[in-house]
Amino acid sequence: MSGGPLSYLSSAGPQAQHIVPLTWYMLLVSAGVCLIIAALLWAALRRAQPQDQTLQLDRIPIERGADGARWIRIGVIASSVPLAVAFLWTMITLAAVVGPPAHPGLTLDVTGRQWWWQVAYSAPNPVDVFETANEIHIPVGVPVLVRLHGADVIHSFWVPQLAGKTDAIPGQTNLTWIQADRPGRYLGQCSEFCGNQHAHMQFEVVAEPQADFDHWVGAQRQAALAPATAAAARGLSLVEYRCGLCHRVRGTAAGAVSGPDLTHLMSRRSLAAGTLLNDSGNLAGWIQNPQDLKPGNLMPNQRLAPPQLADTLAYLETLR
Amino acid sequence: MRLPEFRTPNVGVDSMEHDARLLRQWETTPGWMGILTTVDHKVIGIRYIVTAFFFLAVGGLEALLMRVQLAGPNLTLLTPDQYNQLFSTHGMTMIFLYASPILSGFSNYLWPLLLGSRDMAFPRLNALSYWIYLASGLFLYAGFVTGNGPNDGWFNYVPYASRDYNPGLNEDFYALGMVFLGISTTVGAANFIVTAFRTRAPGMSINRLPILIWGTLTASLANLIVVPAVSLAFFLLWMDRQFGSHFFDPAGGGKPLLWQHLFWIFGHPWVYAIVLPAMGMVSDGLPVFCRRPLVGYSLVALSTVATMIFGFGVWVHHMFATGLPGLGLAFFSGASIAIVVPSAVAVFAWIATIRLGRPVITTAFLFFASMILLFVIGGVSGFMTASVPVDWQLTDTYFVVAHLHYVLIGINVFPVVGATYFWFPKMTGRLLDERLGRWNFWTMFIGFNLAFLPMHLTGLLGMPRRVYTYADYGGWGILNLVTTIGSFVFAIGVLLFFVNVLKSLKSGALAGKNPWDAPTLEWSVASPPPAYNFAVIPTVASRHPLWEERIGSEGALSSIDRGMMLDHGKETIGTSALDAQPDMVLEMPADSISPLLLATGLSALFVGLLLKVWVLAGLGGAIALLAVLAWLWPRTDLREREPAHG
Repeated sequence: MSGGPLSYLSSAGPQAQHIVPLTWYMLLVSAGVCLIIAALLWAALRRAQPQDQTLQLDRIPIERGADGARWIRIGVIASSVPLAVAFLWTMITLAAVVGPPAHPGLTLDVTGRQWWWQVAYSAPNPVDVFETANEIHIPVGVPVLVRLHGADVIHSFWVPQLAGKTDAIPGQTNLTWIQADRPGRYLGQCSEFCGNQHAHMQFEVVAEPQADFDHWVGAQRQAALAPATAAAARGLSLVEYRCGLCHRVRGTAAGAVSGPDLTHLMSRRSLAAGTLLNDSGNLAGWIQNPQDLKPGNLMPNQRLAPPQLADTLAYLETLR
Repeated sequence: MRLPEFRTPNVGVDSMEHDARLLRQWETTPGWMGILTTVDHKVIGIRYIVTAFFFLAVGGLEALLMRVQLAGPNLTLLTPDQYNQLFSTHGMTMIFLYASPILSGFSNYLWPLLLGSRDMAFPRLNALSYWIYLASGLFLYAGFVTGNGPNDGWFNYVPYASRDYNPGLNEDFYALGMVFLGISTTVGAANFIVTAFRTRAPGMSINRLPILIWGTLTASLANLIVVPAVSLAFFLLWMDRQFGSHFFDPAGGGKPLLWQHLFWIFGHPWVYAIVLPAMGMVSDGLPVFCRRPLVGYSLVALSTVATMIFGFGVWVHHMFATGLPGLGLAFFSGASIAIVVPSAVAVFAWIATIRLGRPVITTAFLFFASMILLFVIGGVSGFMTASVPVDWQLTDTYFVVAHLHYVLIGINVFPVVGATYFWFPKMTGRLLDERLGRWNFWTMFIGFNLAFLPMHLTGLLGMPRRVYTYADYGGWGILNLVTTIGSFVFAIGVLLFFVNVLKSLKSGALAGKNPWDAPTLEWSVASPPPAYNFAVIPTVASRHPLWEERIGSEGALSSIDRGMMLDHGKETIGTSALDAQPDMVLEMPADSISPLLLATGLSALFVGLLLKVWVLAGLGGAIALLAVLAWLWPRTDLREREPAHG
């Protein structure tokens, strides 16, 4: 029963791995308790008196009956054992997963925004700092410290296969950590209600071998390439003039930071925080009609004329 | 100040003349004035019940709309804004306008009858409590019907609820409406507490109280402590929104987490406040159909109180993911696991009562007995969320939605419907139809479990809450379809319940005084009871005054037919807090328009504040003040002042 990409009954990293067996223990104890109680209830109900239509209860005599306190004593003592185990196991697990690692291999700043995730990779040298959105790359087997910030309202950072939830709250920085032991793409989802498009606020954690990760970092650090075709050049000026009001493309005049950084837009698998797969058809649709695809999001419909749209796409598709 | 009257009441038996005299003193004048001025707890109780069931139906329709939207992946029947207003209003309705008021309604109706008293301690406060509940309910719904319903969940987290992100009137309706409703809850709670400690029949010492009294009393004490926290939170939110204060605004040094603490310090005890009285209904009703007293009365009563005390120390389990320090989380995790113990006491007491009794299966019994299982399912899923690391995965998924519906429907709706089957004959003189009752029960039971049992799995498969649409990850689609089908079956079950009530009101079999051969005082009077409840005040010698001769009683027997006459005016007896020794004749107030006037003035005040029409607010405040003045003006007939001499 591993389920879909957000199921937390399977795990791909040490944090989630600690939690899965505890979850199963509590789930099985819970199911067992329900079955035992149902059985006791069923057995008790077998003493039901034969019915007649009159509903005359007084035909059945009242009796003081057995005291019955023994049932409560035995029941409470029997319940206390799994409770105590649950408590101890909870504390042990909590101690194992609560703290951020003392020596993280990587530190990220993730900011929840209506309705996307801003991801900043810090570096000792300021020119190496870069930002991306909705797709977090990490090296396999390395504990990653995630500093969570809230830019507007409260969001919650959740990658079920890697770790439980931690809220991103405006005015405070929460810490969590993730580690993937297998390469793969792990789905994440905002899990604190944050407004109209809370449903469409996903992200992916891409865990890859260290060499691939280093390669990816190297590519992300690059600024955007200069346009190579006339169409792309026209597209660039449109992007600087229009998209640049909210977005940034490093190496160009588009330098605003209220929307996702587009410098390497085409290296990302999805658009609009997991709303659409990132291909040129969806990208065109998204540019023209974001309000139909993700109603209420902060990007206005662009309604570019067809030639302008083609030029814009010609440029954006070079942002790899 | 009320001057005590030192008079030894006459003791005697009921007679025609005595009844006629009492009726003149107690009966509300028929007609419009009577409707607007009555302080009869039975009338107020039924109004509460009818209004709360109305809100249950409305909240249910909202749920069905959402279930249609969620029937399959990627549906777009509702816009995100419509969906958000629906789920927020659904929560607000069920939690604040149904679950708590329905219990207040039953307790209002039943308390004086269970306690052997002629009314609640503060009858006019009781009327006020209802009028404000009605007015604040309409106020909150006025927002919804004008498209300004709450849209940030019933929990209403900031900063999303703040003006920057939520510029409409939605949150102002909700904030002011909740402050308004808080007045009703608070005065109601105070009334229950004083009633429990002051107006019991002589001899009904604290160890002879029905468990329903324990439940509502405990819940009322909790409400008195925690409702101010939420009223304050909503007031501060309104200040932030309308007057630029910064209680919750991080840009101004405020803290979003302050909201969550204030809200859940209230919110978690509130959950117990809306289940403990319902558990009391089961503890009192179930034994009647098992033909024996409840097993472990004292333990069940103590566990009720213990649950509430633990309940004050678990609010942070709603906030495990907010980045609080691990040591603090460990404490709240431990408390949340420990609270299972008092619940286990009640469960085993109920099961033992059935096992050691001779159960007679009626519709009321089915609802009470099935509640035990639903209670356990809702309890163990709550136990899972008590474990911090597990909760980090479970929280804000559909697992929690399943959990809270097992709690609220399983431990509130099922007992309440059972209680209706049980006490409807007392309230109306007619029995509900048993055949239709079986259909009603099985449709509700099967529909409910079909809807909400698979939902645990939906949650374990990771589906987040509060999403207006979803992609079909790992079987969410089929599970949601099953839930939608189940929710409609459940809704049909609730509809059958309403049909049964309407049908039986006209044509139900006549009940007589005590159709279930039940042991407590309410069954010793006519169905429906006369305005004065008890012609003579009974004297109680055990927990089961009407069963004593059959189950044996140590010492004296209760005296039902012979007791204090108290017919010099609108009177009942005041007794001491623990032993219920009679110590004073209480003069009860006559019907009064002041409560309605006060509620009207407050309504105008709140509408004025909402719309910032200060004239209206001022006028409303003035009317409210005048109503209070008229209300509190000392009267000789209540011995609040001496008659003038000479």
